[in-house]
Amino acid sequence: MRHVLSALVMNQPGVLAHISGMLASRAYNIDSLAVGATENPEFSRITFVVNGNEKTLDQVRKQLEKIVTVVTVQDYSGKDFVERDLMLIKVSTANGRRSEIRELVDIFRGRIVDVGAAHVMIEISGRENKIEAFVDRMREFGILEMVRTGRVAMLRDKTITEETPSDSATTPSQNAPSAT
Amino acid sequence: MTLATVEKATQTINGAQILVEMLIRLGTDNIYAYPGGCSMPLHQALREQRTRIRTILPRHEQGGCFAAQGIARSTGKVGVCMATSGPGATNLVTGIADAKLDSIPMVAITGQVPQSVIGTDAFQETPMVEVCRAITKHHYMITDVRDVARIVKEAFYIASTGRPGPVLIDFPKDVQLTSLPLKDVDFDPDFRLPGYRPEVRTAAPEQIRQILAAVKRAKRPVLYVGGGCIQSEAAEELTKFAIRTGIPVAMTVMGLGVFPGNHPQSLHMLGMHGTVYANYAVDQSDLLLAFGVRFDDRVTGKLEEFAKHGKIVHVDIDPSEIHKNKEAHIPIVTDVRSALVALNEAMTDADIPDLSEWRQQIAVWKEKFPLAYADAGDAILQQYAIDELCRQTQDRDTYITVGVGQHQMWAAQFYKFSKPRRWLSSSGLGTMGFGLPAAMGVQTAHPNSLVVDIDGDGSFQMNIQELATLFCEKLPVKILLLNNQHLGMVVQWEDRFHSGSRAHTYLGPVDHPEALGEGDGAMPDETFPNFVQIARGYGVAASQVRSKAAFPKALAEMLNHDGPYLLDVICPYQEHVLPMIPSGRTVRDIITE
Repeated sequence: MRHVLSALVMNQPGVLAHISGMLASRAYNIDSLAVGATENPEFSRITFVVNGNEKTLDQVRKQLEKIVTVVTVQDYSGKDFVERDLMLIKVSTANGRRSEIRELVDIFRGRIVDVGAAHVMIEISGRENKIEAFVDRMREFGILEMVRTGRVAMLRDKTITEETPSDSATTPSQNAPSAT
Repeated sequence: MTLATVEKATQTINGAQILVEMLIRLGTDNIYAYPGGCSMPLHQALREQRTRIRTILPRHEQGGCFAAQGIARSTGKVGVCMATSGPGATNLVTGIADAKLDSIPMVAITGQVPQSVIGTDAFQETPMVEVCRAITKHHYMITDVRDVARIVKEAFYIASTGRPGPVLIDFPKDVQLTSLPLKDVDFDPDFRLPGYRPEVRTAAPEQIRQILAAVKRAKRPVLYVGGGCIQSEAAEELTKFAIRTGIPVAMTVMGLGVFPGNHPQSLHMLGMHGTVYANYAVDQSDLLLAFGVRFDDRVTGKLEEFAKHGKIVHVDIDPSEIHKNKEAHIPIVTDVRSALVALNEAMTDADIPDLSEWRQQIAVWKEKFPLAYADAGDAILQQYAIDELCRQTQDRDTYITVGVGQHQMWAAQFYKFSKPRRWLSSSGLGTMGFGLPAAMGVQTAHPNSLVVDIDGDGSFQMNIQELATLFCEKLPVKILLLNNQHLGMVVQWEDRFHSGSRAHTYLGPVDHPEALGEGDGAMPDETFPNFVQIARGYGVAASQVRSKAAFPKALAEMLNHDGPYLLDVICPYQEHVLPMIPSGRTVRDIITE
């Protein structure tokens, strides 16, 4: 199953290296990873997409939480959240089909951001499946180059996502009595 | 202003001096430190403070790191070691990884090249933080002298709280030499650790009742206890709980000493080289109380088969250990001691199960499969030597350290510990060469105790240079060297799994027939190397013993010697550590002969 994890981390050199090293050394597969600043300069946010079963995900989350510079980790799965990828894609117009491409860009609510003699560059954002669909549509024109950011995501139920260190969402749930 | 206040107002302190002052304020009495270009300011500061903190010069940085572990493992306090940049720092790496796997609170301080040349492949530059990321609990590079006090305070806090572990502080030389007005230094700064919350969670009362209900219903319960019980100082509560409920106790190699080894309820060690009855009991148990353990492969063998008949209660302070290897039915994230306190308080006589049948069953197993060794005439078997050491030292305040290999497992089997923190073994990483430097660390922290390094000739030679430290620092460590001229544990595996084919496991000259396993199996008249001569060369008293009849006296002589001593005990190499459950197998594959 696919999970989107969002980690608030201290904005310090080496934190990303620490996290990616931990994931690699424990052989966890990450589909996508995006890092960026937050509204608070002391913290950055890292969004991960992890594929795996509950057990793997549980370990990934706990191992992330063990890293001292990781402040909180939230699993967005099963919650109401908005997720976006951003892509820049360069498509050939050498075949004289620029207007056709433009029409598709409009349908997908992308934007042409650069026009060359024989190509256009398109910016498009959205959910992964939309981006994938757009890439598929562009194949017949000839994709010259493309680049994608990793996933970014945000919960809908909060307008401000800065957690305080005591945010209860990060407290592992083990101490709830289990049904036995 | 008086002259004194003027002086104070104009006094300065540099980064190295702040670090040393912080070490002292945080309770460091002894530090093992090996100097070099990039740590010289630190050593100058240590020299200035020599009446408040003892600095011991090991003869190799790895020795210093294990000595710091010796202090930490035997006292529970943070052990501290220091090295210079580059090779000095990388020589600490094995010891740091070792501390990580055994959850030992340690702070390792390394000098680093000045910030102006970091990243230029400068002389003796190694990116120590990069190297150590995966093998530390946390790591710091100090880039601003105003951060020194906070970082040292945080490092000690992180190393010693929650699940303990090693913390690295990499300290560039220019920051060591940068001065601040003394009045501007806050020696008790606030932490800046929003992501670190080790506050001990307590088990919910419902969970405690759940455990007690499970205990009450159990017919065949077993306590499986490990290093977590030692780290959380839970030995007393554990013993109380075990004795009141009557539940037998199996210990991991890290847990030895948590429960008295001579108590009838003790099953001794479990796992690969554990007792038959400990492994049978766990296999047959209907309730496994796993306290402060991590279901390591050396304990479980084949995971799916391990304790598959019973319900598992897993109590550990590290949430990531819960369900990592084995699914627990009652998982509790808390400090083991606090859980045991709650259990002992909540327990009533009605919760105590009737275990008479189970006790009988275990007694039958103990009778049928005791830990035993053969009578080898006048040859000194390693098991016998350890047994005799146990007899001669049981009334003394004794600490035992070991290297890694057969002698380590025999020591775990035959030395009976009655208190925690008396047994020091590199258990997770299994680092040969651990015994001697760890013993010197223990002796530093416990100057009046008897400290014995039980070692093998392979392990001993990996840090043999520390004999110099014993002599020069007047550390009266005793070394019981079980010398069989081979890498015994690998020899054992060669015998069991490679039809006895010797592949670089003989420690004598290669032209000797034993090198290929083609000798007559007897010990040579002159063993190699001449450990007695080596020890004497370092100023350490030494003797060799070959006959069982002469052994007790030779041992007593060592134990009563006033100063460091090496007893070179010549043993056969044909002995195997038994019982043995081959790697990845189950208790049904146990080898007993």
